[in-house]
Parts: sequence; structure tokens; C-alpha cells
Amino acid sequence: MNLDFATLTDLQKALRNRAVSATELTQHYLTRIDALDPTLNSFISVQAEAALAAAGRADERFAQGDTRPLTGIPIAQKDIFCLQGQKTTAGSKMLSQFIAPYTATCSEKLAHAGAITLGKTNMDEFAMGSSNENSYFGAVHNPWDPQLIPGGSSGGSAAAVAAGLCAASTGTDTGGSIRQPAAMCGLTGLKPTYGRISRWGMIAFASSLDQAGPMARTAQDAAILLEHMAGHDPRDSTSLNEPVPRFSEGLDNSIRGLRIGVCREFFTEGLDPAVERSIREALAVYESLGATLVDISLPHTPYSVSAYYVIAPAECSANLARFDGIRYGYRCSDPENLQDLYQRSRGEGFGEEVKKRILVGTFALSAGYFDAFYARAQKIRRRIKEDFVNAFEHVDVIAGPTAPTPAFPLGEKASNPVEMYLQDIYTISASLAGVPAMSIPAGLANGLPVGLQLIGNYLQEGPLLQAAHQFQQATHWHSLTPPEAL
Amino acid sequence: MSIPAGWQIDIGLEIHAQLNTQSKIFSGASTRFGQSANSQACAIDLGMPGVLPSVNAEVFVKAVQFGLSIGALINQESRFDRKNYFYPDLPKGYQITQMDHPIVLGGKITIETLDGTEKMIRVTRAHLEEDAGKSIHDFKPGYTGIDLNRAGTPLLEIVSEPDIKNAAEAVAYAKAIHQLLTYLEVCDGNMAEGSLRFDANISVRRQDAETLGTRSEIKNLNSFRFLEQAIHFETERQISVLEAGGTLVQDTRLFDPDRHETRSMRSKETATDYRYFPEPDLLPVMLTAEFIENIQAQLPELPGERAQRYQTAHELSASDAALLSQDRRLGDYFDQVLTSSSNAKSAANWVRGDLLSKLNEHDLSITACPISPKNLGEMIQLIDQGVISGKIAKEVFAALWSQQTESASDYVQKNQLEQVSDASAIEPLIDALIAENPKQAADLRAGKDKLMGFFVGKVMQATQGKANPKQVNDLIRKKLSEP
Repeated sequence: MNLDFATLTDLQKALRNRAVSATELTQHYLTRIDALDPTLNSFISVQAEAALAAAGRADERFAQGDTRPLTGIPIAQKDIFCLQGQKTTAGSKMLSQFIAPYTATCSEKLAHAGAITLGKTNMDEFAMGSSNENSYFGAVHNPWDPQLIPGGSSGGSAAAVAAGLCAASTGTDTGGSIRQPAAMCGLTGLKPTYGRISRWGMIAFASSLDQAGPMARTAQDAAILLEHMAGHDPRDSTSLNEPVPRFSEGLDNSIRGLRIGVCREFFTEGLDPAVERSIREALAVYESLGATLVDISLPHTPYSVSAYYVIAPAECSANLARFDGIRYGYRCSDPENLQDLYQRSRGEGFGEEVKKRILVGTFALSAGYFDAFYARAQKIRRRIKEDFVNAFEHVDVIAGPTAPTPAFPLGEKASNPVEMYLQDIYTISASLAGVPAMSIPAGLANGLPVGLQLIGNYLQEGPLLQAAHQFQQATHWHSLTPPEAL
Repeated sequence: MSIPAGWQIDIGLEIHAQLNTQSKIFSGASTRFGQSANSQACAIDLGMPGVLPSVNAEVFVKAVQFGLSIGALINQESRFDRKNYFYPDLPKGYQITQMDHPIVLGGKITIETLDGTEKMIRVTRAHLEEDAGKSIHDFKPGYTGIDLNRAGTPLLEIVSEPDIKNAAEAVAYAKAIHQLLTYLEVCDGNMAEGSLRFDANISVRRQDAETLGTRSEIKNLNSFRFLEQAIHFETERQISVLEAGGTLVQDTRLFDPDRHETRSMRSKETATDYRYFPEPDLLPVMLTAEFIENIQAQLPELPGERAQRYQTAHELSASDAALLSQDRRLGDYFDQVLTSSSNAKSAANWVRGDLLSKLNEHDLSITACPISPKNLGEMIQLIDQGVISGKIAKEVFAALWSQQTESASDYVQKNQLEQVSDASAIEPLIDALIAENPKQAADLRAGKDKLMGFFVGKVMQATQGKANPKQVNDLIRKKLSEP
């Protein structure tokens, strides 16, 4: 069996059949990480010893027949999830030495289900970015072409799975940070309904938008992971007290009669023609599977980026105030007084993009500007939610491109924030509405993966994953791997 | 201090009351006071990355109890906001508070003014928030220590309208709030531990001015005395500035009790912009009508209602009624005494007198009283029934206090302390006394009433105090009037 790009589902079988041991599998990935990650820079830290120890315990479980659903499956976790006793940096100098004293709920759940954490993946600092160029630990390179960005902010998690350095990974999505890198690296990435997965232990960027989710090779893999990440958590007041369905069951059901909304606002002038071609072809595949395409409008979509870039920075300006150099994290040397301690610790500890967003958010909340910015952005957000509620009265799923372009060269948009922010133009509205959305591989544009975004109604991850799985049964895009260069 | 002629003062108070929950408002850490620095602060209180607040539901119960007790409207939708500012003892860089949706709206507190009349002070609002930690400046040279034990302690901030017109009213209002909070047992009221702290908004204006003057806010006054002094010094300062033809700037000031002055911390122009916005980590909490009704139903009888009942139903004096109503547990004790003794006046005397002085002497609260209300009531009942004399009752009381006995009647029985009310047992004693003291008997018969004490005393001595003095008295007169 070629382990490099095996799906999680195949690995579950192989482990259960004892075709491969957890130790062999873990060692296999660790070897690949050693070989390939110097080029990709997808990991901030690798816990080889702990992973091998966990693999040893997993093998004992297999020997005793006492296994759990994910026993022996090596995964990578975005370095935004706190793991007790391990360095958790959020891609920032501010936390470059921070050892978390607790474990994020969703990481705990994955560990409880038997998953092995190989290491923590690189990311845009505090999840702020769409290219993974904003990491204190350096940019991540796209396995499809190391000259290109992998997308962001969960770029390390995407690159690691795409390069076959782990079976799957965890990511977080605030405005597209799972879906856009999944699209650019040819993966299946799911941002569940807001509140589906606990945010406890996940370092906050924008609390009302942040949502964890799986990044995997297939919809089936994502469904299995979601089952073991989701669930109510009393430690997160915003987590939904809803039962967690067996998402991986029912994927094989036909989607005949599925009503797919094709949102006209997602096919606008910024969309790369090659990407659009792939998306249109994907929609044709759905028609051939018996789905009906329905032309719909989400009229407030054009305002989503503006609203997002008020709300997310506003929340981050408060969320990141705790990094003040007082109790933990980076502290400047020889502060002269309290003011100096604050200014230099934060000035030196945060990167440029983070500082920019804190400033924007602080401004948007200031006396005299609050109504014009924050209050208005919240109004738009409500309208965007209403758009979705209305749309889902007529359709089951909404489909469109995940990102306007395929992966672009490192440095290309680094100096143009507006162009960079437009990367999230199709993903942001689902974040603002809190509805589940995913990206699945839907073709190649100039040899690079194209992501098809599927958006579902609140708590309807099941039908969403089913639609994705059925597409993957009919196409091969998800099984493409990066060219041999690697 | 009297207010200078031609001026009037307007004062509004913001009272920060720590709610006496076991754990903090947004974390499970203990709220216990006086523990070693940072030993009561968990990851949430420390504002660690990735942690989230979750509300301690107990705070809603306590806030609603307070709100209902002052006749306020309860906001059924409780939302939290973030108040942003940097300070080392504010771990998250923002305080979670309630800006736009305070849980308590309106309400009134009745106080007694200087001339003895009653006055209503309107409460604007009361909202829930978290306390900050403490900065310990110069805890070693050049260093400020941070103790986050207090961080996250639940606070109810009670804001009044500027209805308060002088320092005495401010103190009366603050004391009324203190009494109510402790009576409701939602705050321990321990001023020395900072359980209640005051901010006073003070302004002065000419007697005929229709609008309020420019106000100053005096922060963090932690005793009634400091509140009173700060108001005196601040009004004096404001009046002298205005009388000298100057103008005041709206500012925030600190009271320095040692130097008897208030000092400006910051003016309105340099005031922090707190950038309030809705707390996204906490969803709005909806309090059901049923939840509020349940609290209303379980609300204890309030001090005013209780005092009224003592006066009308039990015919106690106003001062007895007030004293027995000021502390809820004392009132409860008194009510229980009344279930086994119907003599309220006597019960009030015993509780006010012997019982409270014993408790004070031993520095005990009424809840730690060694005498159960049932026992005290029974003892009072024994007096009323003429089973024991008042004098013997003192001995019974002492025995009950030192817990030498299970009950008053047990003790009386075991020690044979019943009053001897059997005339046939006393009459021979009197006959013998008259025979032994013929001169005194003659004098008494002749009208020297002072000698009655001599005979009664002798009988009491002979009966070891168990005779009923009134009965003895009657019997002596009867004997002497016999031919």
C-alpha cells in the first residue's frame, strides 16, 4: 500500500487489518516531514517522540482489540489549538515560547477518538491572512509549486495534507481560512456551522466568526473527522447544544433531486476565467447526478468583505489586547515604564498585518465612529444572514467558486491588501452568516487545483458532505496529488 | 458641614457590590478573600489565549433579588459588553460588563434625611460585571505586583440618579444599599475587604440654577467615612473655585484621606475611550418570566415590611422593630422565638438585651448563637406561666448559653427551680417569720411598707428564690391583716 496519499478511510482499514502498524505509519509521515518540510515549512513544531509514543500505545490497542474510530491515525493540528504542555504559537513571535497549560476541546476529542498528533502546523499570524505569508515562522510553500502560496490562514495544515505529511489536519476558518487553502492545495476542507465545534482552547481571532474544521483528502474523511471534533461544550457559551449526527453515514445516498443554488454574485468580474470554467463543469457534473441548478441571488454579497473587515478587526482588537507582555508571551527588554512595556512588547511582538487589523478594529470601535462602522457592519451582517435564510427556502445547497484565482506566487499580493482581502470574497458571507461551507477539488486551472465551494443551511453539514461525497464518487479531482517535484 | 448659603449639591452614587458567589462570574475559580497572591486565579482569570468565559448563573439570581427588592424592572434579555482599556490588573485588556442591557432598570431606595423625614432616591440601573485584579505598587523597589485573585469576582454596579443632596444623605443611601444587600445575603458587605466600593459623582450649583453643574467623579471610596469626607472636600473645592470666579472641568478624581483633598486623575478630554461593543464570547441570556417569578416568590420579607409587622402585629416599639429587622437572621431568630412564646415584648427584651450583649461579648453572629430560638422562647413562656421568676430566668439563660442543658424546662426541673406557688408551702414560713420578728411585723402592719421587702427577701432566701415574689407579697399582707 502506498501510504503517502492514502485517505484516512483507507488508513483506518489498513490499520485495522494490520496491513500497517500505527508506528510504521507515524514513522512514515515523520520521515516525509523530515524530507519535505524544509521546502514547505508547513510545520512550526513536530512532536516526533510524543507521536511515536502515542503510536506505540495505538498498536497495543490494536493488539488488544480495544480500538477507537481514529486509533493510530496521524494528523497535524493548526498551531492555533492549545495542546497542554506543548508550544502553541498562533504563528506569532508574541507566543513563540508559549507553552499551553490546557488542551483545546476539539483536539482533546480527536485525541480521545485515538488520533495521533504529529505536530503543529504553520499559519498566518493569529489566523490573519489569505496566503500564509504572515507567519513569524516564515511563509508556507504550496506542494503543487513551492513558488506559490498555499492559501491561508490554515496554509500549513493544507500544505501538510496535500504533501502527504499527515493523514488529515485541523484548521480554523474565520473568513475562509479552511476553505481557501483547501482550494489552493486540492483538498476537502469544511467550515461547520458556527458553534458546531467548541472554540475552547482555540486562540481567538474574531470570536463571532472563528470556527474550527477538518482538512482532508475526501468528503468522507472530513465527515469522520467532524464527527470527532463536533459537540456541545459547556466551556464555550457559543457552542451549539445540538446532537452530532453520524456525518459519515448516508454519504452514499443519491443526490437526485438536490436543489443547488447558483449564486449570481459569485460569478463576477474578478473571477479567473479558468477557475470559472472548472466551476461550470463541476455544476454540470451535479446536473448529471440528478441535481437541479437554481439561479439565485444573495444580494448583499458585495458588501460582505467590507462588513467583515470591520467586524473581524473590531473583535480582534479586543481579543489581542491580552497580549500585553505582563503575564505571558513576548515582553520587550528593559521597559522604562508601563507605557513603554506595552508599546514595545506589542510593537515588537506582533507582525505588520496583525497590527494593521488591531488599528483598524480600534478605529472602528472608537467613540464617534462606532455607528458608522461597527454598527453598520452588523446591519449588513444581519442582511447577509437573511439572504441565506431566504435562499435556503428554495435550494438545499449553494455552489460556486471558493476563491477567485488558483494559488498565486509568493509575494505577489503581499503589498496589496485590498487584492489580498478579495481572496475571501466568496467565502466571507458564509462566515458572517454562520452557515456551514466547504471546499472540494473541482478541477485544475493552469495545472493548479480549483476549489468548488458548497454552502449549506444551518446545521446541515450532513447534506453538504453528502453532496461533496457524491461529486467525489463521480470525479477524480480529489485524488490528484502534487506533481513529482516532491 | 453645612452647605454654604446660596448653593446646592447634586450627588449620584455608583456602588460596586461584590456578589457573594462561591466561584467567579466567568470562571470556576474560588472568590475567597485573603488567599496568597494569584492562588485563586485560573486560566480564564489570567486571560490566557484560547480560554472563554461562561457565566455563573448564580449572579442572575442575586442581581434579580436585588432588583425586585427595590421595585425595579428586570431586563429579561441580559447581554454583556466589552469595555476596553489597558491596565496590568485587567488581564484580558477588557472588562466584561453590561453597557446597553443592564439586568436591573430603575427602582427606589428610601432613606431618612437629616430632619427625620423619608426620602426616595431613584436607582437608574444596576448591571453585572467582573472585578479587576489588584496592583500592588512598590511591592519591591521598582516593581509593581499583580494579584489576580480578585479578577473575575462578580460585581453588581448600582447607579443612582443625582437625587442625593448632601453627604449625610449619601451615607444614608449607601448604608441602605449595604443593609439591603447583606439582608438579601447577595453580598457579604465586608467593607474592609472591599466588598462594597463607592464612586461619587458630585456637582454644585447656585440655589436658583435649573441645570446640574459640572461634575467630578470621585473614584473608589471604600468606607462610609471616606464617602462622607470626600463629598465634603469636593463640594468645598468646587464652591470655592466657582466663588473665586473660576470654572470647573469635568474630571475623575481620587480622594486622599491623609491630605484631606481630592486630586484630579484625568479630565474628560483625556478620558479613555472604552470602545464598548457586544461581548461575542457570550450569547445573550434570556431570563424567563418564570425564573423571575420564582425569585419574587422566594424573596424574603424585606426589612421595612418586617419592622412594620413587628409594630402592628406584635405591638413592638419602633426602635425594637427596627433593630430586630435590620439583620435578616436576627429577625428570623426573633420570629422563631415567637413560635414558642407569645409574649413578643418580653421576647424582644431578651433578644435585644441579654442575647445580643452575650453575642457581642463573644463576637458571635446570631446564626452561631448557642441558644436555639425554641429554647429561648420556652424560657420566656416559663416566666409568663409563672413557673420561674425573672431572677431564676437569668440562671436558666446562663445554663442555656453554656449549653449545660437540653432545654429550659429540663434545667428547671432537674434543679427544682420551679416557683413555689403552693400557698400551703409558703404560709408556714411566713407565720414563722412573723413570730420571729414581731417588731417588724407590727411596724409593717402600721404602714411601714418598706419592711415588706425585708419579709419577702427572707421568704425568697428560705425558698432559694423559688417562691413567686408577688404571691409571697400577697400572702404576707393577708397574714398581717388577719386578726
